[in-house]
Amino acid sequence: MIRTATLTGSYKQIPFFKGLDDSHLSKLEALGHELTFDRDQIIFREGDESSFFYIILSGRVSLEVTALGRTLRVQTIGENEEFGWSSMLPSHGKQFQARALDSLHVLAFDGPRLREACEEDNTFGYALMKRLLSVVSHRLLAMRVQVLDMYSPGVKG
Amino acid sequence: MGRDSRSHDAAALLEAQGLDELIRSLERRDYEVLGPTVHDSAIDWGPIHAAADLPAGWTATQAPGSYRIERRDDARRFAFAAGPSTLKRYFHEAERSVFSVESNGSPFHVVEKQDAPRRLAFIGVRPCDVAALAILDRVLIHDRFPDPAYRARRESSFIVAANCTEPGGACFCDSMGAGPHAASGFDLALTELDDSTMLVECGSARGEEVLREIPHAPAGKDVRERARAAMAAARKRMGRKLNTEGLAQALYDNFEHPEWEKVAARCLGCGNCTQACPTCFCITFEDASDIDGSRAERRRRWDSCFTLSHSYIHGGSVRQSPKSRHRQWVTHKLSAWESQFGTPGCVGCGRCIVWCPVGIDITETAAAVARQTAPVEARS
Amino acid sequence: MSAVLCPPSADVSVMRPAAGRVARVEKETHDTFTLRVESPDEASPLAGFEPGQFSMLYVYGVGELPISISGDPEERGSLVYTIRSVGAATHALVTSKEGSTIGVRGPFGTSWPLRETRGRDLLVVAGGIGLAPLRPAIFHVLRHRGDYGRLVVLYGARSPKDLLFRKQLAAWNYVPDTQVLTTVDYGGLSWRGYVGVVTTLFRYIRIRPDRTTAMICGPEVMMRFVVTELKSRGFPAEQIYLSAERNMKCAIGHCGHCQMGPLFVCKDGPVFPCHRIGPWMDRYEL
Repeated sequence: MIRTATLTGSYKQIPFFKGLDDSHLSKLEALGHELTFDRDQIIFREGDESSFFYIILSGRVSLEVTALGRTLRVQTIGENEEFGWSSMLPSHGKQFQARALDSLHVLAFDGPRLREACEEDNTFGYALMKRLLSVVSHRLLAMRVQVLDMYSPGVKG
Repeated sequence: MGRDSRSHDAAALLEAQGLDELIRSLERRDYEVLGPTVHDSAIDWGPIHAAADLPAGWTATQAPGSYRIERRDDARRFAFAAGPSTLKRYFHEAERSVFSVESNGSPFHVVEKQDAPRRLAFIGVRPCDVAALAILDRVLIHDRFPDPAYRARRESSFIVAANCTEPGGACFCDSMGAGPHAASGFDLALTELDDSTMLVECGSARGEEVLREIPHAPAGKDVRERARAAMAAARKRMGRKLNTEGLAQALYDNFEHPEWEKVAARCLGCGNCTQACPTCFCITFEDASDIDGSRAERRRRWDSCFTLSHSYIHGGSVRQSPKSRHRQWVTHKLSAWESQFGTPGCVGCGRCIVWCPVGIDITETAAAVARQTAPVEARS
Repeated sequence: MSAVLCPPSADVSVMRPAAGRVARVEKETHDTFTLRVESPDEASPLAGFEPGQFSMLYVYGVGELPISISGDPEERGSLVYTIRSVGAATHALVTSKEGSTIGVRGPFGTSWPLRETRGRDLLVVAGGIGLAPLRPAIFHVLRHRGDYGRLVVLYGARSPKDLLFRKQLAAWNYVPDTQVLTTVDYGGLSWRGYVGVVTTLFRYIRIRPDRTTAMICGPEVMMRFVVTELKSRGFPAEQIYLSAERNMKCAIGHCGHCQMGPLFVCKDGPVFPCHRIGPWMDRYEL
């Protein structure tokens, strides 16, 4: 079940927030909730309206696609990694299903409220978006290599 | 091979009939003697038994995609540029058995045929082809794993070079430092001065021995000067030129040059250039077995980097496009070879130009790629 | 009847295979098998090898292939090959019957830098069948555990059913100062390990670029990706080693097939330091 928990230490130690101004950090601290999920608990399903942006404090999440009665894990994400970035965009349904692979401790931000804060303070918004773009770009690169199916015979580098 | 670059003897003057003596002397040493002969509308290697078998009064006009033999108005015997066949076919044959295997059930018995190589003497080897043999020797003898069959064939050969006084339309040996004068790699070297006289130089102790059996006169300074002048004139009449300065690096740097697309659009991918090339050494292997499975044979034959199978690894070829295969050949010859073996893999014989059905010219391609640096975006 | 070979003459060709008896064929995955090959004649055992080297294996009447040696280098008397069935010759190899004879030439090629890296940490990154040529290096490090620092093995495969040596991977993880992480490109719900390309595992390990040597083998695209990742983490190119793969017909630099620019993969490789092979591997259709 979803439970709130308490973050030991400050947001400063989270790599995603590294280098942010103290004023920006306190803005985030005001918006963030700590949550825990049990092993195998579904965090969100495909099609769910996006709502939260998550940073994993401990444990792992598996992103899954369900098709033809079969669930395929397409990516696992671990400590200090982020997921649920579609919540940073207005009215986007979730493309994947997210599940706690182990008992999970995350920091969650309500998407609409985070967006609002970005709109109000563009400097804060830009600093956040830069970090997000870097995450997205990294993830995209890894996905591109993954979809190459490079271990199949006939797939050449 | 006992041939070195040391000058073994002062140059000697040889009369035309001395060639008959030379052939006889080689035959006495159990050599089959081969020389340029006119056959199949070409001047190409064939058995010779007398000087009269040589192509006196013949030449060949060579140009991109074109080769024609013609009469000359003199009786010179070596007044033509390199012909269709290289010596590669005698030392690194187009096809031969590697081993055969006999099986009676699962265990098998490998039988490697260790045939005694033919003792071949070649009269009239162009300096480009002499240089090509040195390049092949580097690859197949003086590398980590010598090819015993090649080495045995080379060791039982005798090379009489004929310096070039009549370069052809596709020749650029001067650019490659391979001709028109053979500096080493021969037992004897001839320079034809006119219809009846030749300068002869020794390149090995074996060559000296043979020369001693042939009537000859000491060559004076004037004769040597005439030979030198003839070759200096030949240098000026090369049909092609290639500026090799910085070329190896430029070809590497301009890997995505648009010229590769242009040349690939004309290239038929037939691989003629690689078969005609005196230094292309690529081979592949084929396996066949008898219908009852009691005997299998593994054969090797010349291969070409122009085939898709050349770069095949499970499921596909690395070099899919004709462009990449053409580039592989040219860059191997003029760049990679240098890093691999210390010399370019090209001697400027021009055969790849002459025997290309569409007349693709390696000197043009290389110059175009080297001339201008491709835009940075196009390199990767 | 055992295979009879001509006595080696002074001029014996390296092109002639020695007879090898297939002692054992073990199924690793749905398409990959491990063959243990021994000399049929105890008096003349097959030559030993260095981790990273390969043999040319000949199947009677079918053909010859370069195959990496995947066994323990200190286990003398037999050679072990892990082969994925992807074509006629590999199919013939993996379906050979125990007790049958194949031809063995070699070993050939360069090896992983295990002498030079004594005292250093080692990072092994393998993809798919690329774990096979790295396994002898891992065996060596585990046998001489005290000679090396930390050992991290990252292994990626297409899916859980494609993972090689699963039991061994799990066991190595219990060796002191040794960490093994495995990931797949796609997994079902029963797979509780990592999912994602092998570079995503870098987030979960601690490596010190100043005291670590990386050894990589896998599909070329994966190796390129790993090299980029390592360099961004401060690894010097001289401390990254890769094993390359190209068409090979002879293994001795005569057939010309395995060239990558100035390099012959067979005799200059297959194991190269990154600064030597990197510039060539990055070129499309080289």
